[in-house]
Amino acid sequence: MTSAGARGVEVQLDQVRRVFDNNRVVIAGMDLRIDAGEFLAVLGPSGCGKSTLLRMIAGLAGPDSGQIRMQPNGQRFETAFVFQDAHLLPWRNVLANAALPLELMGEAKTKRNEKARAALHQVGLLDALDRYPAELSGGMRMRVSLARALVTEPRLLLLDEPFAALDEITRFHLDVQLRELWQRRGMTVIFVTHSVSEAAFLANRAVVLARSGGAIKLDRRLELPAVRNIELRSDPGLGQEMRLLLGAIEE
Amino acid sequence: MNSDGRMKKAFLAPLIPLVLLTLSAEFLVRQGFVRAYLVPAPSAVLRAMIDSRAELLQALFATSIGSLAGFVMSALTGIAIAVLLSSSRVIQRAFYPYAIFFQTVPLIAVAPLLVIWFGFGIQTVIASAFVASVFPVIANTLSGILSTDPPLRDLFKLYGASRLVTLFKLRLPAALPQLFTGLRVSAGLAVIGAIVGEFIAGGGLGSVVETARTQQRIDKVFAAVLLASLLGLALFGLINLLSHLTLRRWHASEQPQ
Repeated sequence: MTSAGARGVEVQLDQVRRVFDNNRVVIAGMDLRIDAGEFLAVLGPSGCGKSTLLRMIAGLAGPDSGQIRMQPNGQRFETAFVFQDAHLLPWRNVLANAALPLELMGEAKTKRNEKARAALHQVGLLDALDRYPAELSGGMRMRVSLARALVTEPRLLLLDEPFAALDEITRFHLDVQLRELWQRRGMTVIFVTHSVSEAAFLANRAVVLARSGGAIKLDRRLELPAVRNIELRSDPGLGQEMRLLLGAIEE
Repeated sequence: MNSDGRMKKAFLAPLIPLVLLTLSAEFLVRQGFVRAYLVPAPSAVLRAMIDSRAELLQALFATSIGSLAGFVMSALTGIAIAVLLSSSRVIQRAFYPYAIFFQTVPLIAVAPLLVIWFGFGIQTVIASAFVASVFPVIANTLSGILSTDPPLRDLFKLYGASRLVTLFKLRLPAALPQLFTGLRVSAGLAVIGAIVGEFIAGGGLGSVVETARTQQRIDKVFAAVLLASLLGLALFGLINLLSHLTLRRWHASEQPQ
């Protein structure tokens, strides 16, 4: 299942291999296809190569062999990345942080501020434009980070355990918000997480990686309703999916 | 506590030991426990300051110019060298050991060379202040630039930022807290460097200290030393003010504890 009116990119990994400087093979020949507009969760134990996989898809690190292809292989800056922590520029206020990608791309100030305001509106932060990161809560900082990623209207959104450091309630609100944004925008989302419940709640498809070599132990389309809300948290179907994912991780 | 209360506390706390020390020194000298030709009574220092005020103020002005000019040169050159060293690991490995070596050369031994190169006068004083104060700026700025958050570097890379854009919009602003730490250390060293330069090249408070010493005017030596220290404190305060204005909204070092 993909989001309505999908405008995301299709990502195809062919025999992708990545070896660290200490000769540790992090990913040994991975084949994976992610459909345009899909919401994919990537799970696995620490050190299994989840973050490395994401960095390679973002183009921040190249594979040692194999290929990563995007379809359509269009313009630059169509990929956005959300890190484990918010990683905002502390000397810039919320608006200037959200507008940063557009500034780096050379967009005029008026236009980039307008787009940044729209992105901040989507994450509910219009009343905090002039505040600095040090004056925000952890959840608000993460929402600025999300707005910064969305401001370029990316076709591929990569998230590396973005909500891991947040409390349960904030995390739940952000999960719902992210899912709504995905449905509205139709981008492809790849979401790396340690949390089985978060993966099952958010994604339409989940892959579980093995402890070493990045082998795919489970690749499953999640059979859950399109609308994910608080009721789903107590749905037996969600529990069933979580058990399957957990079983694959612990196997 | 409100900010007024904090400010009062910040100014009052250091005044207490100063008052106690001054009163104790006055008492010990007057009672003959300490000989006046070794340590003058604070009242004698004050009298020397008043009696020689024209000479001391002129000397203070000259030392201020030498210290400030040397300090500004250190700040600009130090930042430029740090940026250059941070641009490549090879450049850093090749040149940073020499920057450390430069720091370990004793200034008092180099000062006569500075006179040979620059002659007697303010230019040697500026050079001496520069040599004494440039290293902390280099070391701290370099460390700040190199410790930029890696995910932020990735972010800039993801959006195609050039090295120059990354330097000015990310690396240098991120290095500001450490740069200010370097400038604070450097401010005091610039005054020390200027005084050392004046010992050899003449002029300023260094020259007053040297002349008063030969005349056994220990009260005047103390008066000049006190003014030199106040100059160092003023420079330090200026950097603190700049640091506060720049970092107060975003860095923990300038926020209320």
